[in-house]
Amino acid sequence: MAKKLPKVDVVIVGVGWGGGIIASELTKKGINVVGLERGKERTTEDYFMVHDELRYALRYELFQDLSKETITFRGNEKIRALPMRQYGSFLLGDGLGGAGVHWNGQTYRFLPYDFEIRSKTIERYGEKKIPKDMTIQDWGITYDELEPYFDTFEKMSGISGEENPLAGKRSNPYPTPPMKTTPALEKFKKAATNMKLHPYSRPSANLSEAYTNPDGVSRAACQYCAYCERFGCEYGAKADPVVTVIPVAKKTGKFEIRTHSNVRRILYSGNKATGVLYTDVTTGEEIEQPADLVVLTSYVFSNVRLLLMSGIGKPYNSQTGTGVIGKNYAYQVQKGAATGFFENEQFNNFAGAGALGMTLDDYNGDNFDHSNLNFIHGGSIAISQTGQRPIQNNKVPSGTATWGKEFKNQSIKYANRSLSVGGQGASMPFKHHYLDLDPTYKDAFGDPLMRITFDFEEQDRQLSMFLASKCEEIMKEMGADKIDSLKELGPYDITTYQSTHNTGGVIMGADPNTSAVNNYSQMWDMENLFVVGASAFPHNGGYNPTGTVGALAYRAAEGILTYRDKGGILV
Amino acid sequence: MADDSKQREYPESPSRRRFIRNSGYVIGGVAVGGVLGSLLPKKDSDNKEVKKDEGKNTTEKTENFTLALMYFTPEQYKITEAATERIFPADDNGPGAKDLGVAFFIDHQLSGEWGFNGREYMQAPFFKGEKVQGYQGRLKRREIFDIGLRELQNHSLSTYKKKFIELNEDEQDAILKDFEEDKVNITTISASGFFKMLRSSTLEGAYSDPLYSGNRNMDGWKMRDYPGSQMAYTNVIDKDFTKIPPQSLRDHLGGH
Repeated sequence: MAKKLPKVDVVIVGVGWGGGIIASELTKKGINVVGLERGKERTTEDYFMVHDELRYALRYELFQDLSKETITFRGNEKIRALPMRQYGSFLLGDGLGGAGVHWNGQTYRFLPYDFEIRSKTIERYGEKKIPKDMTIQDWGITYDELEPYFDTFEKMSGISGEENPLAGKRSNPYPTPPMKTTPALEKFKKAATNMKLHPYSRPSANLSEAYTNPDGVSRAACQYCAYCERFGCEYGAKADPVVTVIPVAKKTGKFEIRTHSNVRRILYSGNKATGVLYTDVTTGEEIEQPADLVVLTSYVFSNVRLLLMSGIGKPYNSQTGTGVIGKNYAYQVQKGAATGFFENEQFNNFAGAGALGMTLDDYNGDNFDHSNLNFIHGGSIAISQTGQRPIQNNKVPSGTATWGKEFKNQSIKYANRSLSVGGQGASMPFKHHYLDLDPTYKDAFGDPLMRITFDFEEQDRQLSMFLASKCEEIMKEMGADKIDSLKELGPYDITTYQSTHNTGGVIMGADPNTSAVNNYSQMWDMENLFVVGASAFPHNGGYNPTGTVGALAYRAAEGILTYRDKGGILV
Repeated sequence: MADDSKQREYPESPSRRRFIRNSGYVIGGVAVGGVLGSLLPKKDSDNKEVKKDEGKNTTEKTENFTLALMYFTPEQYKITEAATERIFPADDNGPGAKDLGVAFFIDHQLSGEWGFNGREYMQAPFFKGEKVQGYQGRLKRREIFDIGLRELQNHSLSTYKKKFIELNEDEQDAILKDFEEDKVNITTISASGFFKMLRSSTLEGAYSDPLYSGNRNMDGWKMRDYPGSQMAYTNVIDKDFTKIPPQSLRDHLGGH
């Protein structure tokens, strides 16, 4: 029998970006919030010994312990899904701050095209442009409607950047100036400008200068130490929930965080959520936390899994295309890239910051004509200077032996003599790509694992080759002596790292028959349950998703406040 | 640069300033913010310069007590040392796997969580999967190494009538190539999978922080002009290529 605690106003499940933003906005208004976090407490002091590539990047210090819970994966419904026993393709966050701790800080806004992708594609190319099984849909909100929330997220996190000439209109400039530029980035900028493309400094949550945000939180400037992705920031220069929104919520005295608290079910009566059931993983005790309102703010997989395990919402059925929970799982196509080798030039490849880079959007969204192309959407193209750590970065020209004398010599020679330009390809949803509960494999509690059914499609193959050819052209203009680029995409392979940009499963939209939440992230089927995060994306864009996740979280917070006053479905 | 009112939010503690100065070839152009300074035991950072000098003398006299085996038998250790040296050989650039301590690194890693696949999903049922689904075996890394090293030996004996460590370099390469290309008949493990693990752990041993017993003397980093763990690159990030002598995590402890 679970121990039942006194009722609270709001309980949030997972304290990362989504949970932190909701908690800060609600507690500022005097609402009592309990945050349940399955992992441990995290502070900036934890990262005192963080410049350790083995521990953090290869042994996955900050990530979910897969021995307790993982996902299963299959390329299609004909084969047996098997557990992801070791990390590869993506990394699952864990602990206070969640994936918001180990991100790189690349903070884009999805394009206006993204939010109305179906209408705009049909408008320009006709309905036939969309393949039969591609289930793209409008988001039920436009870029212009979401713009103020992007602005709020950027001001809270202090994004450093400059205007992107090919993006949606901004109401305000970035709160801090762009990051420093580097010889490698300048080379890219010059080449792209020569080619009549539109490069700009990548919007960065690694602060270009000391900054105090509207909540009064002050943070230091980035030191370009080169340990961002897979690491936490010992300076607090990289915006993460632990150094921004969580302290604001805590300061109100209205926010109680319970770490080591793994939520396993959402409780409800009729069509109203009544609280959550969680396990204190330090004691094994089962605890019931009643609440007036429940907000799921976990990573994509946990949001979807909790709904399915709790029996909330209609599960997606891939045969009929009906149901919504688990629908439109999407990923990204990151392999359209080119690496250039320079014989007579060396770069400070060892230095950098997670979001230090130069991007262009000439081949993103619908910024170019797709009439004669066999795909829709596109991707951002960028050069990144995140800092190339030596275990994971051993680039050698194609044809080089993979071990022995030749490999050693070439990998050392090119460590500071190679640059890469990469495309971040958008990912369209398909009828047969989805999330459901695995029938065989269980987590440490005996609950079913999340099952992913996903593979690359012709859309992805065409898109990645297109982006690779563009990257190669830019690299040629940059003057590389030898260039290697993607030759063929191949099937989706869960063993090699690509991107921790998994999306969908609890998608938003204007129609309860084809979406799970409305544009306030409120469940159509349960009005006092909000599901916040990239799980709400009906497809994935050609950018890192966090900026858009942040904007949706601020909008959800506003929706929750309205709901507490007025009740009912908000749209 | 930020204006003064913003800077004032981050009074620079004396210990932090000393830390940056003592541990950095790069003296942070913008040494603001962070909690590092306040965390360092003041006494240590105060005494650091003195200690560092003393340290130099002691290093020469003191034995490195970590150079012993936690998991391997001496024979396994020798095979690993020889095989990793072929993967990452000594050359004009500098030392190979042997002199970098890679075999000790692998031994130490196998003795701990990584060797036991401690944070990986190892629950049944086990099925052979598609290649894109990743490792689906029930064996732990230490067991794979046991089998892999034994089979390296067996394959050497059956091909050349000699132990692996007695083969010349070309013969050792040929044996390793047979593993890489799955030309060895092993039923319990994947020969190429073992080779891949041997190759990736060789790179880990060559380039991880010397704290883990490989990358001895930071020579792996020095060969490729990698500066190791620096606190800041603010004053070189926008400059042309700059050589910076490396530091290890030990430098971040303030002179212990």
